[in-house]
Amino acid sequence: MAIVELKDVAKRYDSMPGKKGGEHANAVEDFNLITRDGEFVVLVGPSGCGKSTTMRMIAGLEHNTAGEIRINGQDVSAVEPRDRDIAMVFQSYALYPHMSVYHNMAFALELKKTPKDEVKKRVQEAAKILDIEHLLDRKPRALSGGQRQRVALGRALVRQPQVFLMDEPLSNLDARLRVEMRAEITRLHRRLGVTTFYVTHDQTEAMTMGQRIVVMRDGRIQQIDTPYNLYERPLNRFVAGFIGTPSMNFLQADYQGDTLRGEGFSCSLNPHQQAALGDAGQRARCWLGIRPEHLHQADTFTGSGRLEGAVEVIEPLGPVTMAQVRIGETLVTAQLAAHLEVQIGDTLALAFDPDHVHLFDIDSDRTLGLETDPAVSAQATA
Amino acid sequence: MTASTVDKTPGRKSGAGGTALTLLAWLIGITMFFPILWVVLTALKTEQTAFSMTPTFIFSPTLESFKSALAQGSGYWHYALNSVITALGSTLVGLALAIPAAYAMAFYPSKRTDFTLVWMVSTKFIPAVGVLIPVFLVYRSLGLLDTRLGLTMLFTSMNLPIMVWMVYSYFRDIPVDIVEAASIDGASTAQTMFRVILPLALPGLASTGLLALILAWNESFWSLTMTDYHAATLAVYTASFKSGEGLFWARLSAASVMTIAPIVVLGWFAQRQMVRGLTFGAVK
Repeated sequence: MAIVELKDVAKRYDSMPGKKGGEHANAVEDFNLITRDGEFVVLVGPSGCGKSTTMRMIAGLEHNTAGEIRINGQDVSAVEPRDRDIAMVFQSYALYPHMSVYHNMAFALELKKTPKDEVKKRVQEAAKILDIEHLLDRKPRALSGGQRQRVALGRALVRQPQVFLMDEPLSNLDARLRVEMRAEITRLHRRLGVTTFYVTHDQTEAMTMGQRIVVMRDGRIQQIDTPYNLYERPLNRFVAGFIGTPSMNFLQADYQGDTLRGEGFSCSLNPHQQAALGDAGQRARCWLGIRPEHLHQADTFTGSGRLEGAVEVIEPLGPVTMAQVRIGETLVTAQLAAHLEVQIGDTLALAFDPDHVHLFDIDSDRTLGLETDPAVSAQATA
Repeated sequence: MTASTVDKTPGRKSGAGGTALTLLAWLIGITMFFPILWVVLTALKTEQTAFSMTPTFIFSPTLESFKSALAQGSGYWHYALNSVITALGSTLVGLALAIPAAYAMAFYPSKRTDFTLVWMVSTKFIPAVGVLIPVFLVYRSLGLLDTRLGLTMLFTSMNLPIMVWMVYSYFRDIPVDIVEAASIDGASTAQTMFRVILPLALPGLASTGLLALILAWNESFWSLTMTDYHAATLAVYTASFKSGEGLFWARLSAASVMTIAPIVVLGWFAQRQMVRGLTFGAVK
């Protein structure tokens, strides 16, 4: 178990042809994070955002070109991967094809000259936890994708490392297995309590597994927070749009006094929101963000927070139905009741609770009103 | 052939076109194999039958030519031993040099890796005769003329570019993730190479070794120019049958058969090993 500390970590590539991950001149910039002991941290973001590079720097597979990486206080920036006492699960699993499952798992221990009995004991323990005891004599090619995934986890597990690193470990599995393994990894983490970094581009995975989530974009941290806070108090429009499925709807709006007006809608603002917009420096425009789940059907409703437009797409999902409604130039997604009696082309009226909206600066995309929200201000300055 | 059996072999052409193609393939195959067949047949003839203007296919075979060929010069076995030592020696030394070179270039590429690879192969663009005089003079000064060591060194440097290139391409087929996994598992570079990479690349190393062995075994230019007696190989032995008194077809054929036989047999047995792939199941 360990506390991992990244201080001003950066990775800059001098454009080297043929070298992996060379697509960005600056792959990671100003990365700062201190984990708690035994914490499960998820790095999430779209592809090319630097999340994998950050993990590879923690592993030592890439060298950080600036800053410090500390594991339990020791700067490991110049330490070889094999001396960092970390275990990593690769997206491709990277099992040794010529070794049996047993030897795949025992390899690291054998290299450390661990006594044979001890190796056997630990491999069997890990195999039992992962339910792969019956596969120990097989070669990786004789295993299914899910089984290979378990072996890859097992190989990390027997090491009893200080830190676990997992680089999109579930992305090669089918949807059902992915959900299963997600729960299993969470359970394993709770049982072992090892500090874990988990990289994914899937926000659902991030939300369900992470104790804290680092949202990244273009090599920079956008926000570090708990799943709940990321959803409720995103720091900017990118995080707001990235977290939550379907994505938050964004509409441009003008405000005047206590009212917000956009194409085909208007709503009145509460005092907190008024203060937030005031703080933005008397600009007349802003982004209004509404989550699909905060929109509901409102045929007779005529008050504040009403939208109306033609239905373009209807997606029945079973428990709910997703409808996409054309509001001005924007296609707004709404999560509605299962039995939606509307046809494509019909006009649909939607309503939202003005207290449940997010406001963003039109230029910087930053969330407005964070400074006046005491729960957030501490986070924003951190 | 019924319709259902045709269905089971997709891609195979049926009908007149298919038959013509098959015939053509056989024709080309036989044309290419014919000289070898003729050499084997001639080796089993007497000098008289071998020299007759009307070629005969049916004759009573004799091993006479083999007997006299074996005794030619300082004897077949002297040359064969030199061939084995120089070919095998240069292959082993070549692998020992090519593996670390290819490993570095495949797994730790630098800006100049591509250039280095092209440069190495470009050394093969120079005709051997172009460097004959300098090599000969250097060898004479160093006392390497007509020595097994000298010939082995020549064979090694002759084959090394191709060997590095081949081993490099086999290493490149191994996912980098596996090398990284080994380094995280605590393996040193040497441990990664010997316990992970080499076992995985074994089929590739075997075919590289086999190719180098064949090239060295069949080499004649350097053997003929740099050796005379002590280090003379089977190429020199075969060439010695071309004498001032004229050609002895049967004996020459017998010598040729004995020269190519070991390498053909070896190639035959190594076929399976050469086409085997091992990396399946490593990733995904």
